[in-house]
Amino acid sequence: MYTFNFEMLWGYRWLFLNGTLVTIGLTAAVVVLGLLLGLVGGLAQLSRFAVLRWISWAYIELFRCTPLLVQLLWFYYALPMLTGIQIDAITASVLTLSLYGGSFYAEVIRGGVVSIEAGQTEAGLALGLTPAKVMRRIVLPQAVKRMIPPLMNQSIIQFKNTSLVSVVAVPDLLYQGQVAATDTFRPLEVYTIVALIYFVVLVPLTAIVKRGEKQLQTGH
Amino acid sequence: MSIPKIEVAGLRKQFGELVVLRDITLKVDPGAVVALIGPSGSGKSTLLRCLNLLVVPNGGRIRIGDDAFDFETGKALPKPKAQAKFRSNTGMVFQHFNLFPHMTVLGNVMEGPVSAKKMPKAQAEAIGRRLLAKVGLADKADAYPDRLSGGQKQRVAIARALAMEPEVMLFDEATSALDPELVSEVLGVMRDLAAEGMTMIIVTHEIAFAREVADRVIFMRDGVIVEEGPARDVIDRPQQEATRAFLSHFHTRG
Repeated sequence: MYTFNFEMLWGYRWLFLNGTLVTIGLTAAVVVLGLLLGLVGGLAQLSRFAVLRWISWAYIELFRCTPLLVQLLWFYYALPMLTGIQIDAITASVLTLSLYGGSFYAEVIRGGVVSIEAGQTEAGLALGLTPAKVMRRIVLPQAVKRMIPPLMNQSIIQFKNTSLVSVVAVPDLLYQGQVAATDTFRPLEVYTIVALIYFVVLVPLTAIVKRGEKQLQTGH
Repeated sequence: MSIPKIEVAGLRKQFGELVVLRDITLKVDPGAVVALIGPSGSGKSTLLRCLNLLVVPNGGRIRIGDDAFDFETGKALPKPKAQAKFRSNTGMVFQHFNLFPHMTVLGNVMEGPVSAKKMPKAQAEAIGRRLLAKVGLADKADAYPDRLSGGQKQRVAIARALAMEPEVMLFDEATSALDPELVSEVLGVMRDLAAEGMTMIIVTHEIAFAREVADRVIFMRDGVIVEEGPARDVIDRPQQEATRAFLSHFHTRG
């Protein structure tokens, strides 16, 4: 029977804390950048210019339909061979995760916008608002309410996706866990703790999302 | 004779193979109230929606006030800004109200002046409150649309359209979605507007209202104007068989 020994990991507490902070920081960056990309990509899907629709379609499908791990390796190892510019692991990670997340956010944002009744757009246009104003003043404020739950969902997935960056040696939570595991020969304890940390960070977040959803449904 | 407020010439619209409007020509004098009647699918709503470019015609010409557009096949559409300016001169009231649910009643009425005309908020609020009082809803200014009855919603929608101070008001079956007991409060507001000299085009199934309030009635079928004339003449003594057949469904002739 295996005897657990968590005590010896106490000496690695700063390593875990450090890794957790890197993971949180990375998530924050790729969520913000991804949302920006998603907003641009999602609205471009609805543009009256075919070129914009085509470009955003290509972007969304390219990143939605290839594995994130492959994208990460491609941006870190393959892209520099094309451009001749070596990018560091953090940059490659942020770039890949943002582009990947953005492609999913874009679909959520596009879907939220088209879910608003055509009558709302017509009423805005009939008042003499330009299409851009109609989007900003009438459609988006209503659509955002419907988008928030799926956007949060996607962001939670992004938080977990950041664990992939350990393969290009970004010192995130999982990477530091691997360091501790090799050091101590205690992978069972280490990876249990790593999983627990991800869990402990995300569970309160999902609770907050649930509460926010309820408030949005009742409020204006 | 004064210059017509609205002039439509040779207007054509088709959706794919389906021709909805064939060569429509009409003139509306300033202050006139025109009722568009006809069976569903006759093109009357499409004609109304062409008048503020919610539907872009395939051919013909529209002038409202000082703004005119020519529509030719293959020609580029007017720019969004020009379209917006054109639309701001016509107020549109929809069958399903289309109030903005995320704004208060007052916010709905202020939206046009503030966002389209860039009017200072205080001034827009004054206009908004005056118009809400005019449609009898001053006390609902801070309520959200989901708290209102259908009739109240439609009166807010009318106030919202009037806030842009348009030269023309277009009503697209404004009472069709209302419970019967709520119809009269909306018709009352429309009657007042007509009496004040607003130029109006009303797509309606309220034949009695059309007979009473409209100066002229236009009967449409299959995308053409079948008959038009003074309201009482067309409704009481229709000349065309199609008009007679349509009007026989209503018990309004006195």
